[in-house]
Order: sequence, then C-alpha cells, then structure tokens
Amino acid sequence: MVLSEVAKLSGGIVITSHSNTGVEVDYAFASDLMSDVLTTDIHNLLLITGLSNLQTIRTAEMADIFGIVLVRGKKATEEMKRLANEHGIVIIETEWSMFRVCGALTSAGLKPVF
Amino acid sequence: MLLLRQASNRFSEMELTYRVEGGDFAGAGHSSSEVKKVLKQLNIPPEIIKRIVVALYEAEVNIVAHAWRGVIMVEIDTSGIKCILEDEGPGIPEIDKAMEPGWTTASQAVREMGFGAGMGLPNIKKNTDRLEITSEVGVGTRVEFEVLL
Repeated sequence: MVLSEVAKLSGGIVITSHSNTGVEVDYAFASDLMSDVLTTDIHNLLLITGLSNLQTIRTAEMADIFGIVLVRGKKATEEMKRLANEHGIVIIETEWSMFRVCGALTSAGLKPVF
Repeated sequence: MLLLRQASNRFSEMELTYRVEGGDFAGAGHSSSEVKKVLKQLNIPPEIIKRIVVALYEAEVNIVAHAWRGVIMVEIDTSGIKCILEDEGPGIPEIDKAMEPGWTTASQAVREMGFGAGMGLPNIKKNTDRLEITSEVGVGTRVEFEVLL
C-alpha cells in the first residue's frame, strides 16, 4: 500500500512534501513508546503514533521508517516537518483515534509486526 | 557538534567524535543522525547501519536523559564499527538491574519524549555483537559496543 493511500484510508492528510507519498508499506506498528518502535526490524513499516515531537521523527529516521501517521489531531511542528522532509519521511495527520486508524488499515491489508 | 578528528576516504581509518549535552531533548539523536549519514556514504550494508544507529540513538538518548554531558566516539574500520559513549553524570548503581527490561529511573520529561521505559540497554544489547558498561556513581558511565562487519 502506498503512503498516499494510507492517508486516504486513515482519514488524514499528508503535511510534508508529497515527493515520497508513493513509497510502499506492508506492515504497521502502533505505539507511543519510541524504544518499542526501535525493537522492530522490518522493512516497509508504517508508524502509527500519538507522540508528536522531534524524537518521533528521529526514531523513524533510525528505524528506516518512511511513513508516520499522527493520530487524534496531534500536529507536527515546523521543526518536525523540516526534519521529516530532510530525510524523505512522510507525515500524515488525522483526527481519527489510533484504534480507528489501526482498524481501517488492518482491514485494508496492512500486516502487524508481531 | 561534529569534531572530525581524523577522517579519510579510506574506510579503514575513520574516527568521529561528538559532544552531547544532558537535558537537550530537542537535540537528542543529532549525533546518531550524523553517524548514519557517514555510514551510508561508506556503503555499509543497510541492516548493519540500522543495528548500529538504533543502538547509538538509544545510548545517546540515555546521555541526554540521565547525564550532565557526554562524548560519543565512533571508530570505523574494516572489522566493524565501535562506539564509545562516556558521560559525566550520576552513574548507574546497579548495572545488572539497568540491563533488565522494564527497569528505569527516567523522569517524566524523558517519558514524554517516548523513552524511559527501561528498554534502552536491552535494545542496545540486542543490536550489537559486544557491549561493555562500566559506571561510577557520582562520576559517570562508559558504554562501549561494537557491531562486526
């Protein structure tokens, strides 16, 4: 599933550069705990989180994650957007809850890590 | 801040040094990011890069979260990538306990960053081929780990 489709299916909008919205993801991991995200060793992973700060973007960078869905109306700061764009990371903002996003994306075929 | 003490295009002899400030939550991860850039330029395999930068990022966050200041040294040669993190800080009274998943002394500010759940050191161990931690209470902590190529 490409990231532009993830945005559509999770009721969200892409708020970073659109140049990487064609990147494919096969798996998703939902967590607000970045250390937990860093234990994953899977490619093509989407991060679904309610944690919106610079460490969210840094964690994605270190874990080779190119798509982040910020749930429940959390907004990315300008600094987060700048860092994400620098590393080709797509941020999607949605008003939906983490539960609803996970349900929608699971139904659409994204796979769990564990 | 990057202090490139010795750099050459020869992959066999590279050493990088960075300074990390305790409490600098916004800057946490900057050094790990710089190391990742260098490793990519050196065409290190992506799976090796991920292991080293995940371990380094966790260790960098530990300095920011717990210490007053620290230095990160990364040595790259043909056998592997070695990271040494030395901090001035409170030290770790019981290293064995700190290695247990879930054991933590992190502040609320660290938890708000998405860390501080007692997963950092176990995660460093998982991603590295060798890990050595020494610490003196009231003085600081030295973490050394290596990923073999």
